[in-house]
Amino acid sequence: MITLNHYLFVSGLLFALGIAGVIIRRNALVIYMALEMNLNAANLALIAFSKFNKIVDGQILVFFVIAIAAAEVAVGLAIIVALYRRKQSVSVDELKTMRL
Amino acid sequence: MLLCGFLVIANRNPVASALFLVLLFVFMAGLFVLLEAFFIAAIQVLVYAGAVMVLFLFVIMLLDIKASERRKLNTVGIVGGVVVALAFVWELRIVLGPAVKPLTSGSAELHGGLEQVVKPFFEQYMLPFEVTALLLLVAMIGVVLLSKRDVK
Repeated sequence: MITLNHYLFVSGLLFALGIAGVIIRRNALVIYMALEMNLNAANLALIAFSKFNKIVDGQILVFFVIAIAAAEVAVGLAIIVALYRRKQSVSVDELKTMRL
Repeated sequence: MLLCGFLVIANRNPVASALFLVLLFVFMAGLFVLLEAFFIAAIQVLVYAGAVMVLFLFVIMLLDIKASERRKLNTVGIVGGVVVALAFVWELRIVLGPAVKPLTSGSAELHGGLEQVVKPFFEQYMLPFEVTALLLLVAMIGVVLLSKRDVK
């Protein structure tokens, strides 16, 4: 029998992987992908709670999270493209200053 | 699925990384189906595996990024990342050690079908729904502005 704990544990592990990715990688695009993994881990936890508490609200929150993640990805990628035009690089090491 | 997650952050080539992320999202949708959240599973595949990842791959191809060459590994970053992740897992063990008991207050029948999930958007969650629409509009305008070559 798979209980709530199993789902929460998988979700937590995925979140830990996402955090590690954000800290370790230096390619801005890969950092964004790791952030997406974090959001997905949170979604998994929300849906697991929603299922085991038998309340639909968790799934509604996940819907909002997905919508906002899509908006965030669009804006973030636009920023990365603008940055690449300016610096010819997407490595966060090159960003020593906030000035472009 | 967790192996996919690991490969996403461990891969040198951003394109392979992105494709593993697609795989991860699809597996996640499978988990959602197991959790009887069918509508969210469909949304997950459509929005994440479809739209978001296409955007990612488009930008990767547009910028023509080479696989990051094996230069000096930043040991501080790797050690820091691994330490933070392990600390998080340790905390997780402490928190989830005693089994988390679900509340038993909800309605008895929850199937996560379209009707059950969507109906609250037009009753209880009307305002957040509209605000989300506004947010998407603002994001769209922002992206268009950012992508213009020279804003004066």
